[in-house]
Amino acid sequence: MSGFFKSSIGRKVAMALSALFLMFFLLQHFAINILSVFSENAFNEVSHFMGTNFLIQFVLQPVLIFGVVFHFIMGFILEIRNNKARQISYVKNNGSANSTWMSRNMIYTGLVILAFIILHFIDFWFPEINTKYIQGDMSGVHEGVEGYRYFHELQEKFVSPIRVGAYVIAFIFLSLHLMHGFASAFQSMGGSTIRKKSLQSIGKAYSILIPLGFIFIALYHHFNH
Amino acid sequence: MTNNQQLKYMNLTLKIWRQEDSKAKGRMVDYKVTEISEHMSFLEMMDVLNEQLVNKGEDPVAFDHDCREGICGMCSMYINGEAHGPDRGVTTCQLHMRMFKDGDTITIEPFRATAFPVIKDLVVDRSSFERIQQAGGYISVNTSGNTQDANSIPISKHAADEAMDAAMCIGCGACVASCKNSSAMLFVGAKVSQYALLPQGQVEAADRVRNMVAQMDLEGFGNCTNTGACEIECPKGISLENIARMNRELMKASI
Repeated sequence: MSGFFKSSIGRKVAMALSALFLMFFLLQHFAINILSVFSENAFNEVSHFMGTNFLIQFVLQPVLIFGVVFHFIMGFILEIRNNKARQISYVKNNGSANSTWMSRNMIYTGLVILAFIILHFIDFWFPEINTKYIQGDMSGVHEGVEGYRYFHELQEKFVSPIRVGAYVIAFIFLSLHLMHGFASAFQSMGGSTIRKKSLQSIGKAYSILIPLGFIFIALYHHFNH
Repeated sequence: MTNNQQLKYMNLTLKIWRQEDSKAKGRMVDYKVTEISEHMSFLEMMDVLNEQLVNKGEDPVAFDHDCREGICGMCSMYINGEAHGPDRGVTTCQLHMRMFKDGDTITIEPFRATAFPVIKDLVVDRSSFERIQQAGGYISVNTSGNTQDANSIPISKHAADEAMDAAMCIGCGACVASCKNSSAMLFVGAKVSQYALLPQGQVEAADRVRNMVAQMDLEGFGNCTNTGACEIECPKGISLENIARMNRELMKASI
């Protein structure tokens, strides 16, 4: 089986598996974030559970970070190999005649998502790690804030129109990435094109609705602060 | 109205990749061709150009061709940014000049891939495909006289049709040329599928897919990113389903 993952097809399957895992994570992340629109208390409770549960923090979180890092590194490895496979470019290439813009530019939409993840880590993940594991404060409360601090911190982050704008742009690129990536992941794993038609519909719905939902959450907190 | 008045003729500018040999540095060269009939095939238009060049004592443009009826897969030009030109389901020899307009500028390049090095002008070396075929694109049948009658093995109509569709691949390399990654997976997928679908090919299916994919990787083709460009540009309409089947076959063979 190790030989399989060294082959070009094996690498694509590994890429697809990490993509499916990340798409599942994104759905779960969205389900928690949308709670912030409906109930401050429910969002705080779930955030505190996610942020302090041993299994989530020390098993699932490292798996997630591995998944993200693996997806990006494998994406770059595949891109380098693909560039080597054509060292002299065409003088005239009509790519739009036979493929979508999204399918031809996964590396660029991916790079925008990578930049967004760095921003997102600076905004939320690094401060969380600092509070919990460097300062040792696992209480989830903050001086001057009633109840848990998570909802308050979320609202504070979305005050800045520049940050909200950056999030909106990043989610548009995420949508473009998913529009090709969703169905492509199943195809790489040997999904038949007959089933792919229904998968394409699910993929389109997922790739539009989930990023749109995240954009809605960012705008909602920006305008309801 | 005479027949001549009904015929449309066109004057064209051709931008063609010229490269003396595999080691030389190539460049695009402009040529003018006049009074090209819309009923000519693209290769006939190239013949007209070459006749002009020979008459002027210049080196004619080298290009691959053989049957000129869409069967052999030899013609391999990248025309106006597409393998085999702007028409669908045709090879360059089946592409007609009626697809172009009077005054057009047509860019003609060789198929580009590291695994398809240019030999001269528009001729590329596609022997990497041959080596992939040699790695497993066959069945080992004892033909000593004890061979079982093929008709005694029942095969479903669906499997036979799918195998036949995969076997339509003529190995022209348009899939590689069209793919932004120069991936050969449509070609290899078709060759793996045409045997994997039939009982005669299933005996060696695991070794075949392992060896053919290993050879494909060794030749330096890129990875499939499922853009679907290969399927659109394939003159024989080979389906992406064959790539998915090859992936399944390799997973099955690796477990």
